Amino acid sequence: MSANAQMATKYKNNFLKEVEEQVEMGEWVKMCMQCGVCSGSCPTNFHPGWEHPPQEIFMMIRAGKREEVLTSPSMWMCTSCYNCIVRCPRKLPITHIMHGLANYAHRLGVAPKMQPTRSFAKLFWNNCVKTGRVNELKLSVGLYFKDGLSQGIRNGMAMKDVALGLLKAKRLNPFELFGGHKCKDQNGIHAMLKKARELEEKRKALKAAA
Amino acid sequence: MAKKEYAFYPGCSSQRGASASNYLTSVNAMCKTLDVKITEIPDWNCCSASIGYAEGGELPRHVLNARNFALAEKHMPGQDIVATCAACWLGARESKERLEHSSVLLQDTQEALKEAGLNIKAIPEVRHMVEVLIEDLGWNALAAPVKNPLEGLKFAGYVGCQTNRPFGISGENFENPMYLDKLIETVGGEAVPYDQKVTCCGGALAFSEPDKAQAQIKDIVESAYDHGAEMIVTPCPLCQANVEIYQGHINKKYGTKFRIPVLYYSQLMTVAYGGSAKEAGLDGQVIKAPKLEAIAGKK
Repeated sequence: MSANAQMATKYKNNFLKEVEEQVEMGEWVKMCMQCGVCSGSCPTNFHPGWEHPPQEIFMMIRAGKREEVLTSPSMWMCTSCYNCIVRCPRKLPITHIMHGLANYAHRLGVAPKMQPTRSFAKLFWNNCVKTGRVNELKLSVGLYFKDGLSQGIRNGMAMKDVALGLLKAKRLNPFELFGGHKCKDQNGIHAMLKKARELEEKRKALKAAA
Repeated sequence: MAKKEYAFYPGCSSQRGASASNYLTSVNAMCKTLDVKITEIPDWNCCSASIGYAEGGELPRHVLNARNFALAEKHMPGQDIVATCAACWLGARESKERLEHSSVLLQDTQEALKEAGLNIKAIPEVRHMVEVLIEDLGWNALAAPVKNPLEGLKFAGYVGCQTNRPFGISGENFENPMYLDKLIETVGGEAVPYDQKVTCCGGALAFSEPDKAQAQIKDIVESAYDHGAEMIVTPCPLCQANVEIYQGHINKKYGTKFRIPVLYYSQLMTVAYGGSAKEAGLDGQVIKAPKLEAIAGKK
């Protein structure tokens, strides 16, 4: 059984409980009073807008719309601007709940596959933990070539002027492709992150089993 | 001995040859004038930024920040951590808050840190450079070294998101923070009022969903122009890059003629304190700032 089916079975028809136990800051969802300030404050809820803005997501969770929420591209629209957090009259950490839902859907393998922010986020994390520091050049190249060589070349050409500007200003170093900045204790970083992931998964499994 | 000392967390974008390397150049010059000693946390690592959530999850994200806390505490006990990057500051401060709030998270974090031979005793305070300037030095100390005031120059103080929300600078309003305007005025410039001061630049979506981010950037630049600004100033490396480097693409898409320089507060301060264009990192502008360069040349 897939990880997703396992969780759906464990929590049967109680998606709110699943979110409260498995999603970062999920225990806040029931506090939403449906005022809609979050949706009206979101910078990406306008062109053209989220499929389901945060206010709607909260109500859908309570209504048990498990699949609709987890497979939605909505949470991936978050720019981490924190406008919703500071304006929410009930003080819900909305940004973190959106991040938490996106992370949960991603780990269960049900988040939309072609969602560009999902791919970029994965690329970013892998890039920064590999050496302990972000390699900006490899990150950009990885992004342009994620859909294959020919699309990569087209993307690279479209960004040529931006790259040249940065290169001239010495804010882009071509030698970063062959190494670049890194931490000394990379082994320690990898070991500690592996441990952290294990511990987090153990805690979540315990909650699901209870 | 320096007036103030801090454990410095420069962040990935400030490294040599990286997108905010000129920020660091100007911060070094500014701190030298203000007699602030910043010592890099040895072997610091990335905070994983805001976008780290999706693959990283909760505990691994806090553990990354916790490693920096442990290193700072080990090598510079008693010193506050100061970050120049908004995302580094936000990420680290958020981890500090969560770890101090939850004994379970802290316990797991300690166990993970053990794998890297580290542990946390007390988490240092996590400050943004702007807080150090305003709270630890104070406005008078910031005004005192001004030699070449930026008279007659009009700036749009672009605060953006992450030095403003959710933590912000103490005593400031989320909708209309005034500290950046005040910094501009402290070095003799004019801060124009405009309506996109705290609009999001799109953050990481500038990479993954450029159309969405560029629509936001267009609003910011347009408003700065409409209100008479000649330059934009910001405290955040991603705001700086996003608002500066995509102006060409926005011009193509919207038929605009944007070409407005985007600077860091530390560059303005360095120039006003009598620093050269090189010391202020002005050679790092993709869109050059000739009016500031002219002042930087003055003796």
